[in-house]
Amino acid sequence: MKNNENKLSHDTKGELSGVLVVVEHVGAEVSPSSLQLTGKGRELADQINKKLMTVLIGENEESLNKMTADLISHGADIVYISQHKELAEYTTLPYVRVVADLIKDIKPEIVLFSASTSGRDMAPRIAARIQTGLTADCTNLVIDDFDDPISKNKYQKVLFQIRPAFGGDVMATIVSPDHYPQMATVRRNVFEVPPEDKSRKGEIIKFESNITGPDLCLSIEEIIRQTKKTVDLKKARIIVSGGRGLYKQSEKGFKLIKELADLLGGEVGASRGAVDSGWIDHGHQVGQTGQTVKPEVYIACGISGAVQHIAGMSGAKMIIAINKDSNASIFRYADYGLTEDVFEVLPKMIEYLKKEKNIEN
Amino acid sequence: MIVLVKQVPDPSKKVGMTEQGTVDRTKSLPIMNPFDAFALEAALSIKDKYGGKITVLSMGPPKADEVLREAITLGADEGVLLSDRKMAASDTLATAFTLSKAIEKIGDFSFIFCGMQAIDGDTAQVGPQIAERLNIPQVTFVEEINFNEDMTATFKRVIEGGHEIVKSNLPITECPMLITITNTAKKPRLPKITGKFKAKKAKIPVWGVKDIEPDENQHDKFGMSGSPTRVKKIERPNSGKEPCRVMEDGNVEEKIESLMEHSKINSLSTD
Ligand SMILES: Cc1cc2nc3c(=O)[nH]c(=O)nc-3n(C[C@H](O)[C@H](O)[C@H](O)COP(=O)(O)OP(=O)(O)OC[C@H]3O[C@@H](n4cnc5c(N)ncnc54)[C@H](O)[C@@H]3O)c2cc1C
Repeated sequence: MKNNENKLSHDTKGELSGVLVVVEHVGAEVSPSSLQLTGKGRELADQINKKLMTVLIGENEESLNKMTADLISHGADIVYISQHKELAEYTTLPYVRVVADLIKDIKPEIVLFSASTSGRDMAPRIAARIQTGLTADCTNLVIDDFDDPISKNKYQKVLFQIRPAFGGDVMATIVSPDHYPQMATVRRNVFEVPPEDKSRKGEIIKFESNITGPDLCLSIEEIIRQTKKTVDLKKARIIVSGGRGLYKQSEKGFKLIKELADLLGGEVGASRGAVDSGWIDHGHQVGQTGQTVKPEVYIACGISGAVQHIAGMSGAKMIIAINKDSNASIFRYADYGLTEDVFEVLPKMIEYLKKEKNIEN
Repeated sequence: MIVLVKQVPDPSKKVGMTEQGTVDRTKSLPIMNPFDAFALEAALSIKDKYGGKITVLSMGPPKADEVLREAITLGADEGVLLSDRKMAASDTLATAFTLSKAIEKIGDFSFIFCGMQAIDGDTAQVGPQIAERLNIPQVTFVEEINFNEDMTATFKRVIEGGHEIVKSNLPITECPMLITITNTAKKPRLPKITGKFKAKKAKIPVWGVKDIEPDENQHDKFGMSGSPTRVKKIERPNSGKEPCRVMEDGNVEEKIESLMEHSKINSLSTD
């Protein structure tokens, strides 16, 4: 192996500290995805017999303290805190500086990030700074032994990072056996939030990073959140969702969707395409930046099936797609399909269901 | 401006796999990564308004010069292809290293544009890793760019539950950066006949490892040896999934009827 200052060989692995989870939060609330990662991180840390560490980054002392307690009660052994006025909102370079400095200092064996728009913004940059591997948008993490068929090296207790590729056509297992830390961004809602144990004890360590002028070349001017009211789609057994395919008469389209959903005893969902067009509130959005749903039946109306949408609904037991383009990706995931105009299908489907109900009554 | 483009297998065709579990690129007709078309459009819009030169850069097999020609058809000025066996089997870190070496050779730029991710790997990692290696700021998942009077820029970025407006504190002429563009940004334009002509004539240099002049200690940063991650296994989880049953017989009413009968959603909603 050639000399590489950042590279740790597996012989020195024993000296590495444990699992580090990079925590995201909105205000004083740890985001659910970070609590889920804390749960999974706890499991992985136990399997490698090491500590679970979390890092909290922010500005407000009171919120940081509250969240520290939440992290410990959800499984963290150590909470590292970086508090700075420039860290109030996520911006790339200051956050990268803080996390990369911490990693260099504490040398974790595994680092986990949420696969959010900030996690996927900072993690690759941190991996490049540390010169280690990174796997994007994992849907499972497993500790297992790896026998390298090429070098014939045997590695014990490596992190298997499992993720969909080619729009979910295939699942790939990625390993990074010669580089530490092993890093991954992890899709939310693939792991459960662990049960809380308020009696758990943990250590709190504050640290400072030297955030320099060039780190501050970009600033956040405004954050626009579109959610008025979140509709809880997680418990819905049936979801009827509308997308940009309703553009011809969006208002009528969503009325039809609501009517169908009501008839089926279900809820209304939407693609980001429909939300960004202003036809429906973000509280209905399904997908990577919306909700993750697992209904019995998911009916996608005029939705193309972008990976970011699929990420939120592929757990549905049955997927029905109505899209007039027979090449739309949604048909790769659907069980049943109609390649017709939604505006023709929806009224007729509603009519059909109404008739059925009358016969039953 | 530099725009990074990648040739990817056409997703509307099934991906072929070799016995080794890697993608069989010979089996699928490649296209320009759809996200990169949005990145190119972002650069072209700036060029329309403010002028400037657009260089498109791709790393891939020799055949990937097709995507560069496609970009030239749409209005890019020149293309460079990175192609070398030594670059094969690169993960995102090695890819970013290779592309950043080529960018250093191309020289001055005010923006590097990339698609937010490539539809084959979906990692969204190469852009930020290039920015880190070049030591320039990045703004990812950008949907809209606006320039202010003092030539600072504002970027509308897609985030959870909405958008975020990011502002550059320096004029863009003083602060080169890397931007990744979403598929929710301005729609790519259609090609012009004159562009096709230009693209056909364009000479596209092909650079190998030695052309991008790695330092002595950088030779192990390319391809497999520069890639910390390894693909251990690839599986088709959906191989068990039945293909979608599209209702094909009869008129719309009849199709709905058979959909309802097959899917039995009606019984589910009433129990
Ligand atoms: C960082 C990031 C996060 C994102 N997060 C999400 C997310 O959480 N959720 C999400 O959904 N998206 C998300 N997106 C956006 C995603 O990439 C797609 O742009 C979006 O899902 C497209 O929405 P759509 O399918 O409604 O629209 P389109 O892709 O425009 O598809 C419309 C479909 O309707 C069909 N159609 C048109 N007319 C008709 C008709 N009359 N009858 C039947 N069919 C018709 C068309 O054939 C087409 O397939 C995200 C993007 C980014 C960059």
